[in-house]
Amino acid sequence: MATINFDQVCVDFPIYNASARSLKKRLFQVATGGQISADQSGRVVIRALENLSFNLNHGDRVGLLGHNGAGKSTLLRVLSGVYAPSSGTAKIDGEIGSLIDIGFGIDAESTGRENIFLRGALLGLDRASIKDKVEEIIEFSELGDFIDMPIRTYSAGMHLRLAFSVSTVIRPEILLMDEWLSVGDEGFKARAEQRLNELVASTSILVIASHSKDLICHTCNRVLWLEHGRIKMDGAPQEVTQAYFGY
Amino acid sequence: MFIVNALADIATALKRYSLVGTLGWQDVRQRYRRSSLGPFWLTISMGVMIGTIGIVFGQIFKSPTDEFLPFLAIGLILWGFISTVITEGCTSFIAADAVIKQLPIPLTVHVFRQLWRNMIILAHNIVIFPLVLIAVGKPLTWDAFLAIPGFLLLLLNLTWISLLLGVLCARYRDIPQIISSLMQVIFYLTPIMWLPSLLPQRAGTYMLTMNPFYHLLEIVRDPLLGHAPDAQNWLASLALAIVGWLVTLMLYGRYRRRIAYWL
Repeated sequence: MATINFDQVCVDFPIYNASARSLKKRLFQVATGGQISADQSGRVVIRALENLSFNLNHGDRVGLLGHNGAGKSTLLRVLSGVYAPSSGTAKIDGEIGSLIDIGFGIDAESTGRENIFLRGALLGLDRASIKDKVEEIIEFSELGDFIDMPIRTYSAGMHLRLAFSVSTVIRPEILLMDEWLSVGDEGFKARAEQRLNELVASTSILVIASHSKDLICHTCNRVLWLEHGRIKMDGAPQEVTQAYFGY
Repeated sequence: MFIVNALADIATALKRYSLVGTLGWQDVRQRYRRSSLGPFWLTISMGVMIGTIGIVFGQIFKSPTDEFLPFLAIGLILWGFISTVITEGCTSFIAADAVIKQLPIPLTVHVFRQLWRNMIILAHNIVIFPLVLIAVGKPLTWDAFLAIPGFLLLLLNLTWISLLLGVLCARYRDIPQIISSLMQVIFYLTPIMWLPSLLPQRAGTYMLTMNPFYHLLEIVRDPLLGHAPDAQNWLASLALAIVGWLVTLMLYGRYRRRIAYWL
């Protein structure tokens, strides 16, 4: 059973301007003592998340609402383990899978088949298990002979098909998504939808960031509304979306 | 505490060896895609360089060819590996920033990827060495097998150097510049193009024993040239590995979580 436990989680991004980043400045700071240390203490810090506390348990389908820059993506990245909280604790039990940027790590000069192995390895699959799945992935993507062509010869739609087919072979306990994935033409879309539903159904916890009221009401059973990195509202989809969208 | 933390990260990275392998090969393939000779271009240019330097310096130093040429060949090949690993080690996190900010992969994977990539390139370059031996008619001896543990110890040292520099360079972006000029200086200070026996006795003790790269190079080079390895070289390299790893593990364990924020 996967659980997620956030206690007073803050994420601060230090912004190093070009000079603070250089060693020279560092050495001069030491040499000149107090003078420049004023600007050292006044270093620009962007607080992306502030004092987030919540618990997620098995069966939670959480929607993240909020305007651009509210901290949704940063929260997803903290959940995925990319960023460790600057203060507070984030306890995450369970294997994490992310469908945040499914096209990530795809190399245009390599063939579709090579990219399946590359993307699979990045997702945490070992070579043997990718080998087991490679035929299934190719079949699902319906790319046919194009699978042995370099990716740069693909159309944008084919590119997405491949990325989607590889990325959805994982079966994680905690699934992170940034908007619902919708790829391909009509025929493919229907199959993709079905596959995504299966994937979501098999996970213990889903966290999805979205701007769509329908999606949130349809998929989620809990909604976190973020504003300026803080939780503004935490509750059932109906009431939070009511407050957020105003209808 | 920090050390345990760092070791745990390294252990998980080692378990992802298949990712390291895939990414390392991918790098080499990407660099030489659609070129018919691929990474062997490096072998050719290395071969040409060894030939040219061999002729010029062989004449200047009046060294016998069958001694100087194999010495120069293996020295340049190994130095190429060492210096690339170190300079690329500086950017192993910086270059992987997109992956680091996207996927929760243990960060040492990026260091191992870089090492693996350069080992693949070394494997292409090393083919020159037996050709040189054949050309000058000098046989390999049984001592050559001792180059294997020597190489492993070199690798152990290069790993901590890369990891340490990777962390430091992610935070302070001037360090890669400093390191690359430093490596050029070290190249001339280390006996690669000149034989250590040409040094006057007193200068030799300083320039050789104080230079860690001399010891690291010798533990691999000496056995391949048919000499039994020197205990001093081995001890220096071992000490370097132990001290280096302790410092690196402390620093990496302490700052590992901050690296994503620095990129």
